[in-house]
Amino acid sequence: MNGRKIGEVILDLKNISLSFGGVKALTDISFDVREHEIRAIIGPNGAGKSSMLNVINGVYRPQQGDIILRGEHHANMDSYGAAKAGLARTFQNIALFKGMSVLDNIMTGRNLKMKANMLQQAIWFGAAQREELEHRAKVEEIIDFLEIQHIRKTPVGRLPYGLQKRVDLARALAMEPQILLLDEPMAGMNVEEKQDMCRFILDVNDQFGTTVVLIEHDMGVVMDISDRVVVLDYGKKIGDGTPDEVRANPDVISAYLGASH
Amino acid sequence: MAFFLETLLGGLMSGMLYSLVALGFVLIFKASGVFNFAQGAMVLFAALAMARFSEWIPDWLGMENLFVANLLAFAVAVVVMFVVAWLIERLALRYLVNQEGATLLMATLGIAYVLDGIGQTIFGSDIYKIDVGMPKDPVMMLESVFEGGILINKEDFIAALIAALLVISLSIFFQKTATGRALRAVADDHQAAQSIGIPLDRIWVIVWCVAGITALVAGIIWGSKLGVQFSLSTIALRALPVVILGGLTSVPGAIIGGLIIGVGEKLSEVYLGPYVGGGIEIWFAYMLALVFLLFRPQGLFGEKIIDRV
Repeated sequence: MNGRKIGEVILDLKNISLSFGGVKALTDISFDVREHEIRAIIGPNGAGKSSMLNVINGVYRPQQGDIILRGEHHANMDSYGAAKAGLARTFQNIALFKGMSVLDNIMTGRNLKMKANMLQQAIWFGAAQREELEHRAKVEEIIDFLEIQHIRKTPVGRLPYGLQKRVDLARALAMEPQILLLDEPMAGMNVEEKQDMCRFILDVNDQFGTTVVLIEHDMGVVMDISDRVVVLDYGKKIGDGTPDEVRANPDVISAYLGASH
Repeated sequence: MAFFLETLLGGLMSGMLYSLVALGFVLIFKASGVFNFAQGAMVLFAALAMARFSEWIPDWLGMENLFVANLLAFAVAVVVMFVVAWLIERLALRYLVNQEGATLLMATLGIAYVLDGIGQTIFGSDIYKIDVGMPKDPVMMLESVFEGGILINKEDFIAALIAALLVISLSIFFQKTATGRALRAVADDHQAAQSIGIPLDRIWVIVWCVAGITALVAGIIWGSKLGVQFSLSTIALRALPVVILGGLTSVPGAIIGGLIIGVGEKLSEVYLGPYVGGGIEIWFAYMLALVFLLFRPQGLFGEKIIDRV
């Protein structure tokens, strides 16, 4: 693969169980994520992939299990806490701020890094303005990186789906996260858009050293770009390993192809 | 022509005040999806605080200067409204995140009664006056253009100017600053806003603070015109039609809706009044709102509500 070095375990999930009423979404799932790697979570529809991501992101709190982020317990984190801890995410069905321009959307990603308080912003324009410009420079870098210069001022609601996905990624990148969580980044895209998205994910990982955790049900794409893959089915872990190992795993094959046991 | 202009200007000026109160509704609705029935109670509470502190402060400090006393009273009233905003978030809204709209609505009804009660317990329940030195005498304008000129109520004019200034500075704050951007982000999508590290609870306090300030300014303006009394809390209901007209989710809608209703009230009173026996001003706004509810329920600028069934 490329020159980046995969490091220590940065995120460790231990025996996570999550249920909604009587429905078990996740049952006793454990896996880890190493620094700088691209880690995929795959599985058929309803396997619990999105629930898993929402647990990592603090949207759902698991009834059982432990989340250890850089050696610290984080089981009771909410999504604001997750953002503060250096986790950024994108959404499967795009949760951009539709009324705002692409630029404003990405700028919101800088919110945690802004120091000027509201009073300064309202009254003492100098410092707040200077800060705004610094952040703007960073945001422009990201805009260049993702090749969306031409739509900078467009309200996101008007953009085609593929570009909205890219803006969603840009907003997450603006947070300069340590771990980037991608919820089906390629869902609903055509082949060309998928290739672009793959390239961006690999570049983010390579150039910024960002650890990537991604969910996808398109097997082909995932196998090409991931270092390690977790396979879920009906809320249980049925496989974990390098793409080649997973591909050879009989449980995984039967889950995907529905072959008889 | 001069008479028409005079009526029009009068309408625009009273409309500006409606806009201000409507803005309070819209801000809170956008940021938290709560229709805040307590807005009227906040207007009364703020006006009471202003009226009483402008009496008490000269007594406590033994000062004579009315202007300084008013300024101090205003500052104290602002702080009081901030505390109210913080308490509302802390004691009520925080526990109601992601509840049904109707639940939140009932909560704000409760808040309205609590505010009315506490306000009158602390500040008293008589009629108080606010005297911020507004000039009461009317002036003539444009005498060279029209015969007889246009008669303008100076007090209304200054009030409209203050309201307009506040509305403009709030719009700039929302469009240009990072906090404003965060507010708009929360208004669009709570979950996404939280996941990029925008603290919901803090944003809600800010929104209620801003709504508190609009309530205070409206309370001072109306209070100095009509006296600070219990009926102030129902006056905010006159902004309801404005919100329906402009759309609950649109800031420009609140402003333009307010102006339309202000102008409509005055013009219809003057030009239609003689045919139906007058008194149109009282019901015109509600009538207009009803028509809008029939034909364009999302208002002039609001988002069309599309529900998946």
